[in-house]
Amino acid sequence: MEEQVLEKPITKKVKEEKPLKKVCIICAKGSIEDVYAALVMTNGAVMEGIEARLFFTFFGLDAITKSQMNKLHTSTVGNPAMRMPGGLPFPSLLGMLPGVEAGVSTMMKKQMEKLDIPPVDEFMDMITAGGGEIYACKLAADMFGLEKEDLSEHVKDIITVGQFYEMCGGEGTQIIFT
Amino acid sequence: MGQVNFAGIAVDFNEEGYMTDPAQWNEEIARTIASEEGIELTDKHFEVLNYLREKHAAGEQLTIRKVGNSGIVDIKGLYQLFPGGPLKKSSRIAGIPKPASCV
Repeated sequence: MEEQVLEKPITKKVKEEKPLKKVCIICAKGSIEDVYAALVMTNGAVMEGIEARLFFTFFGLDAITKSQMNKLHTSTVGNPAMRMPGGLPFPSLLGMLPGVEAGVSTMMKKQMEKLDIPPVDEFMDMITAGGGEIYACKLAADMFGLEKEDLSEHVKDIITVGQFYEMCGGEGTQIIFT
Repeated sequence: MGQVNFAGIAVDFNEEGYMTDPAQWNEEIARTIASEEGIELTDKHFEVLNYLREKHAAGEQLTIRKVGNSGIVDIKGLYQLFPGGPLKKSSRIAGIPKPASCV
């Protein structure tokens, strides 16, 4: 009888977790929740000592455009998770009325302030103070007719997708599209 | 994790290396934990640590923003004092629990 020889001895796999070293986060939308998701994740990385790059593109550019960044809204139309205070569903028809979106957005910002979540520009201050870097997408900036001077001073540069990928190199790096 | 002896006093730590009883803290312990983190404590560090301990004792949730608005140090300065994880490292050195905040 022939003895079966295994090519490799069965070794016990040692679970080894490699820590995250760098995150490259992309934000392509300009609503409060989309922008804050990206900001919280970027700032959270910086706080943990993880290198962080935040990249804004398309409507996400509103978050770094001087004239828009502190006036972001949440959409009150077509959002099935939107509720009235008290938990009743929020009718889309109501969301269409003038002023409702602004009111809801103000309420949301107040709620966040209570939790010590800063306004957009201050949040970016915190990120850059910790060494995080913020970039704008060249293609989208060209599309919307935005120049470097239209953007917040927290924006390090307007870069191409190629440059973005160049800065995403290295072991332990993750690209996150929010 | 258990207890570590500091000059005859047993100090309790959890498995992540945070002290479990802030009352056991003293400056000598702070210096020892800080040296583990590669930080040499200055007066400015102690101002931050004392601020954190006061706020923790008052039951407030700590955030980097709060420390930045404390008038002791701005956020950039906080990152310089405690590089690579300012709130976590300062909390650990201050002998208070690991921060549970997302900002």
